[in-house]
Parts: sequence; C-alpha cells; structure tokens
Amino acid sequence: MKITEPEVRYVAGLANLMLTDSEIARLRKDMDEILTHMDALSELDTSAVEPMAQVLYQSEETATLREDELIPPLGNEAALANAPLAGSGYYKVPKVIER
Amino acid sequence: MSIATLTIEQVQTGLAAHEFSAVELARSALEFAQAENPKTNAYLHFCSERALAAAERVDKKIAAGEDLGPLGGVPLAVKDVIVTKGVRTTCGSRLLEHYIPPYDATAVVRLEQAGAVILGKTNCDEFAMGSSNENSAFGPVRNPVALDRVPGGSSGGSAAAVAQGTAVAALGSDTGGSVRQPASFCGVVGVTPTYGRVSRYGLVAFASSLDHIGNFGRTVRDAALLLETMAGRDECDATSAFAPVPSYTAQLDGKVAGLKIGLPREYFEGLASQSGDRIHEAVALLKKLGCEVREISLPATKYAVPCYYIIATAEASSNLARYDGVRYTTRAKNTRPDEDTLSEMYRATRGEGFGAECKRRIMLGTYVLSHGYYDAYYLKAQKVRALIAEDFRKAFTEVDAIVAPVSPFPAFKIGEKVDDPLEMYLSDIYTITGDLAGIPCMSVPCGKTSEGLPVGMQILARHFDEAGMFRLADAFEKAGGFAGSN
Repeated sequence: MKITEPEVRYVAGLANLMLTDSEIARLRKDMDEILTHMDALSELDTSAVEPMAQVLYQSEETATLREDELIPPLGNEAALANAPLAGSGYYKVPKVIER
Repeated sequence: MSIATLTIEQVQTGLAAHEFSAVELARSALEFAQAENPKTNAYLHFCSERALAAAERVDKKIAAGEDLGPLGGVPLAVKDVIVTKGVRTTCGSRLLEHYIPPYDATAVVRLEQAGAVILGKTNCDEFAMGSSNENSAFGPVRNPVALDRVPGGSSGGSAAAVAQGTAVAALGSDTGGSVRQPASFCGVVGVTPTYGRVSRYGLVAFASSLDHIGNFGRTVRDAALLLETMAGRDECDATSAFAPVPSYTAQLDGKVAGLKIGLPREYFEGLASQSGDRIHEAVALLKKLGCEVREISLPATKYAVPCYYIIATAEASSNLARYDGVRYTTRAKNTRPDEDTLSEMYRATRGEGFGAECKRRIMLGTYVLSHGYYDAYYLKAQKVRALIAEDFRKAFTEVDAIVAPVSPFPAFKIGEKVDDPLEMYLSDIYTITGDLAGIPCMSVPCGKTSEGLPVGMQILARHFDEAGMFRLADAFEKAGGFAGSN
C-alpha cells in the first residue's frame, strides 16, 4: 500500500482541505492506484539528466525588463469587489491573533 | 445565411456585401445559441449586451468605410476559465459561481480589438481538470454529434459550441490535451500553440508550466486566423514569447509535397480501434499529397502519463491555494468572523467548494511536493520531462512534422469512465506529450467511425512552427474534404 488513511488526513491538512470520512476513504484508494502507476518513473535512470525547470525561453535574460513607468492600478474598490467579506478598504477574515 | 455552418470568411463576405449587419448577425447568433443551448449545456452564460455593443462598433466602421479588423463581426465563444471584465467567470466551479473579474484577458482584448463579438462563456471541467467535461459544477456538456456522449474535456463547451453551430469559433485552454481532445471528439479543428505563443494574462492558472490558451474553428483557416490575431508578446505575461508572429493564413499555400512526416511507433502500438483506422487512412492521404512518411521513435512516451500527472497536480495544488475564502467570492457559510479560526475557514471553504476531481489533484499535488517525496516525484518528473522534450528535439532533426492519433478512442458515453480516474488519466496519453515539450500541436478532423463519431488527426510541429503545422493541416483538410465535416 502506497498511502494510508492517516497519511491522507495529514496531506489534507497541508492542503487546507476539510474532507468527510467517505472522501478520505475514496481518496486513499484513488491516490494509492495513481501513485503506484507513477512509480513507473523509478525504472528510468535519470542520474545524468538535468531537470526541465524552464519550458522554453529564447530571449536574452534581460528581455523582460522595461522602463519603470506609472500606470493606473486596479484600485481598492475593484480589488475588493469580489471579497466575500470586506470593510474599511480591507479583506475581513476570522481573528488570527488573540489580544 | 445559416448561422450553424458560417465560417469567418463567410461572415466577412456577408458583411462586405451588406447581406446582413454585424448587429443583425449578433442578434441571430445569440437567439440561435440560446435556443440550442439546452441540448448540450455548452454555454454557461451569455453576454448579450457586450456582444451587441461590439457588433455596433463593427457596423459603425462599416458605415464609415473603415477597416473592420480581421475578425470584424465574428461571433465567438470563450471558455469560462478566461476572464472577461464585468462578465461572470466561474471556471466551472462552485467556488467562483459569482466571480465577476475586474479585467479582461489579453487574448480577449486582442480578439475584440480585431472586431470579434463574444457571445458568452462556455462550460468546462472545473478549473480545466478533466477529459470529459463531467467535472463541471454546472452539469456535463453533451456532444452535439451524439447527445448521450461526452464532448471531451476540459474545453468541452467550446468544442461543442463550434460543432453545434452556436459559435463560429471559440477560445479554449490546453494543459494536457484540453483543446485537441474535445476538438477530435466533436469533429472541429483545435489548436494548442507553442508554449508562450499566446499571452496567458487572464487565463485562470491550473499548471503554469503547461497551460496554453488555444482555439477552435470549423476550418483550419479560421483556426489559423484566430491564433495569428491573438498571439504575440504581452508585457502582462512574462512567459509570453518575443518571437514575431507571421501571418499563418498567408502561408496556406498547399505546398506540402516533399514534407517529411514522422509517425511515432509508440503512438500506434495497440491502436486497434476505428480511430486507428481513420488515422491510417489519413496517413495514406498525406502520402498521396506527396509527403514523405517514415516511422520514428519517441521512446520516453510510456512515461508521459505519470510525468504529466505529477507536474500538473503539483502546480495545481499551488495555484489553487488562492481559493481560500478571502478574495474570491465564496466563503463557507458556517464560518463566523469572530468565533472560527482563519484556518478552519480556509479548510471549510475549500472542502465545500471544490469538486471531487479538483480535490483529488490538490491532494496528489500536495503529496508529491511534501517533505520526503519531492525528489522521488516532482524532481524525477522534471527530469523525465526533459527526456520527453529531447525525444521531440531529436525527431524534428529528421522530420518536419509528426502525425499521430489524438485519443485512443472516439467520444465515450457520459458516465462511462467517471468512476475510474486512473483510466481517465491514461486516455490523455497522446496529447500530454505536446504540452510537456511545449511544442505546437493541433487536431484536425479526419473522418468518422461507423457510428458516426468524429475522429481527429494530431499534427505536432517544431517550436514556433505554427505556420508549417497549419499549412499541412489545411492541405490535408482540403484534400480529404473535411472542412466543417462534423
């Protein structure tokens, strides 16, 4: 077995996902199958291969640099328009720090 | 004028001859699309006001005798993972059900500047994750060719709209085949350009090293025209390429005799279905056109599925972290600002909001990036990706283009594969390699099965050789009589 239920719960915690018990059970089975399939990669010797961190970039390294010019920003109102809860120009969230 | 079969060229001719105005066309297209949509669920919502305003601008130009732009008056659909200012953009997710973007994607801006009329936003798998369009929170899309079958995914709504005739052309996105596979299932042309060819500013991110904006059309010419209109460097996307964009449509000259075409052995092994028969017939037609066809080998192909699903899920788990109940419209209902903790709010919002496939991929991605597993999975996959890209680089020193199937089978029944995620992942085998290597690739119709289900032939080309790819596809489409064949 590649992954156990406690491991699935641990990963769900890392991913900030609240899952039901039946979701956990289903995910354990699915992840087990998929991770087993992914193990096929281990049969390849890649010790001499550089990882492909960059897909494609044909220009000089400084090509994306540009003049530092002011352009109008999105603005506070537009940025907050989709907030589930906003106030005083900020996103509102549950209390993080105890007084 | 029949809206359901219009090509871009016919729109332009009709407008120039005053057979119809852009506003008349937009009204008819909207009426037709709204009336037909319940059959397929291809559109999630329409943007009539925006469409009519765009059409009015085109009519004003006609009245003033000005140039209409290359897409003047052309009714388009846009996949709902591409943001549209003031027009709801849901990504097929409950989490973004009420999201109204404050800006337009660069591709959308460029198409509208060229005169396009955007009718509405199309259905897709949630956050573009899926191969059947069954993962949309707003219901599956039905294939207009056979209503009990899937249109493919994830850009199933866009492919279905073009096939159904409710849009002349459409935008999609492709991370592992999400344009080419639905194009093949619905019998339309679908294009995934070179990585970086089209700006992704405003494309909601799934897996950033693999995401592309791509497009659908009824003919190769239409697809080429759409791509040349929106491609090119954009300051808002640092990964967009500086390479100049040639006119692809100007190079559709039919000169394909002598072209060297590779058939990768690994893509044809065990391809016994009718899809395989159509591809073999297509290859025979290419030979008749004077192409030199030879077998080639892409040995790393067998590792593509695990490689892709490690990289794509890892990047997705990171990109989807932003849907946490703070910025994007939806927060779990039972959270009380003064009593719950921030962490509980995140967890509840994401647990309630994401569908099963998104959760599966977030979990896989988080796992492969987690402490102790990174080297074995993510780093290993990046190395295997280098091998897959190297296979293509070598192949393109011998051949000018590669021809392959798009999918091992034609459109399957809705519900048929939904309970077996691994089998669904494995069906992406022929399309994910192009995304991993970042090369341009496309699906062009090449006939139907005995049940009447469309089959697509895939063409893959060198980085930035969209012109060569379109030239071959156009010559093939004309020789086979496949234009608008769905």
